[in-house]
This record gives sequence, C-alpha cells and structure tokens, in this order.
Amino acid sequence: MTEWFAMVMGAGLFVLMIPIIYRIFKGPTGFDRILGVNVIGTKTAVLLVIIGTLYGRVEMFVDFALTYSLLNFVAAIVVSRYLNRTISLKEMEAREKAKGGAKA
Amino acid sequence: MTDHSMICLLAAAVENGEVGFLPLKIIGFASGVVGLIFFLGTAVGMVRFPDFYTRMHAAGKGDTLSTMLMLGGFGLVTMEDFSVGSWLLLIKILAVILFIYLTTPTSSHALMRAAFEDDEMPMTEDDLKKSKRKGKRKK
Repeated sequence: MTEWFAMVMGAGLFVLMIPIIYRIFKGPTGFDRILGVNVIGTKTAVLLVIIGTLYGRVEMFVDFALTYSLLNFVAAIVVSRYLNRTISLKEMEAREKAKGGAKA
Repeated sequence: MTDHSMICLLAAAVENGEVGFLPLKIIGFASGVVGLIFFLGTAVGMVRFPDFYTRMHAAGKGDTLSTMLMLGGFGLVTMEDFSVGSWLLLIKILAVILFIYLTTPTSSHALMRAAFEDDEMPMTEDDLKKSKRKGKRKK
C-alpha cells in the first residue's frame, strides 16, 4: 500500500514537472528560468524522500533531501544577486546619462 | 516494561496483517494527494500566467505549501512503529519542512527584488488590451 502510494506520487510529480520544464526552456526573462529551476529543485527534495520510501532507506535519503534543498536555496540567492548587480550597474549608468541629457 | 508493551503492539499489528498505524497512514495519504493538487495549481500557473510577477505568485505559494504537505504526508506514512528510529526519521523530515518553510519564501523574495530592480515591469491593463488586439490582428 505504501509502495503503491509512493509510486503514484512520484509519477504524478514527474508529469507535473513537464510544464515547468517548458517554462524553463521558453521563459522570456532569465528570472522566469531561475524561478522554474527553483521550483524543480524543491520538488526534487520531495522526490528523494519518495525514492527513499521505495528503497526502504528513508533515513539516508532524508539527509540527501536536506542537502539538496540547502543547495537550491543558495543557488537561487546567488543567481538573484548576480543578475541584480550586473544589470543594475548598466542601468544606473544609462539613467545618469539620461539625467545629464535632460539637464543640459 | 515499555519494551514489552511495544512488542505486544507490534505483534498485534503483524497479526492484523499490516505494519503501521492506520489513522496516521490515512492522514498521510490525504495530505500527499492535497499537496499534489496544489502542485497542479503551480504547474498550471507557471504555464498560463502572462507576467513574471504573476508566475512568481503561483510558484512561490503553491510550491511551498505543496512541498510541506507532501513531506509531512510521507513523514506520517513512514511511521511504521513508534520506535526511536522512526521518531528520529519524523524529526528529520520535520526539519526539512521547517527549512523549506523558511527558505522558499526568502528565495522568491530575493528573485522578486532582483527582477524589480532590473526594471521588469508588471503587466498593466493597457498591455493586456494591446496583446488582445495583436492576437485579433494575427487571426
């Protein structure tokens, strides 16, 4: 019963990940892509617990899930900081130029 | 004394033909299915919504709640007997749930802030009208 439930849940998670992978490939901006990667990473932590239930060694796979969610969080924070820094500097320069043009 | 009562409980469970505490299993199954429904909402929102901020709304809320529900359901389902090992397992899964409860909103907040400082403008009503007109012209 438990194994059956775990298999159905894992298959459902895989099927529902497909639209999010579509969003990762298509996404108009980079933020859409990193958002989709974040969602899939969180779901992979759940999938690891499900795999552990199927193998009967949950106590080992739970540690993997914790580590995976930690890495996912750090990746999201780092990418958001990176995109913010690189693009906002250019934007600041462009804004300063625009302000100078308006004054002159 | 506790060992003896535990062995009696386990023996009764084995005689009944099932290992595990049935109400916990039913609650776990129900919360897993509810989590899957919330994740369906997240997937539909990620595909159908027109704007980055609305997509982030769907992803942040549905993702957090569905992950917490599914992990909690599996934590209850895997409580086979009330031994020390299974309590430790439940506490570990609760730690994962607490961690996700803290980190997923934080990361979506950071992404939202980065997108807003990158001048990613939210979609207004005028944009919606324009896109509808464009769709009619294409047809």
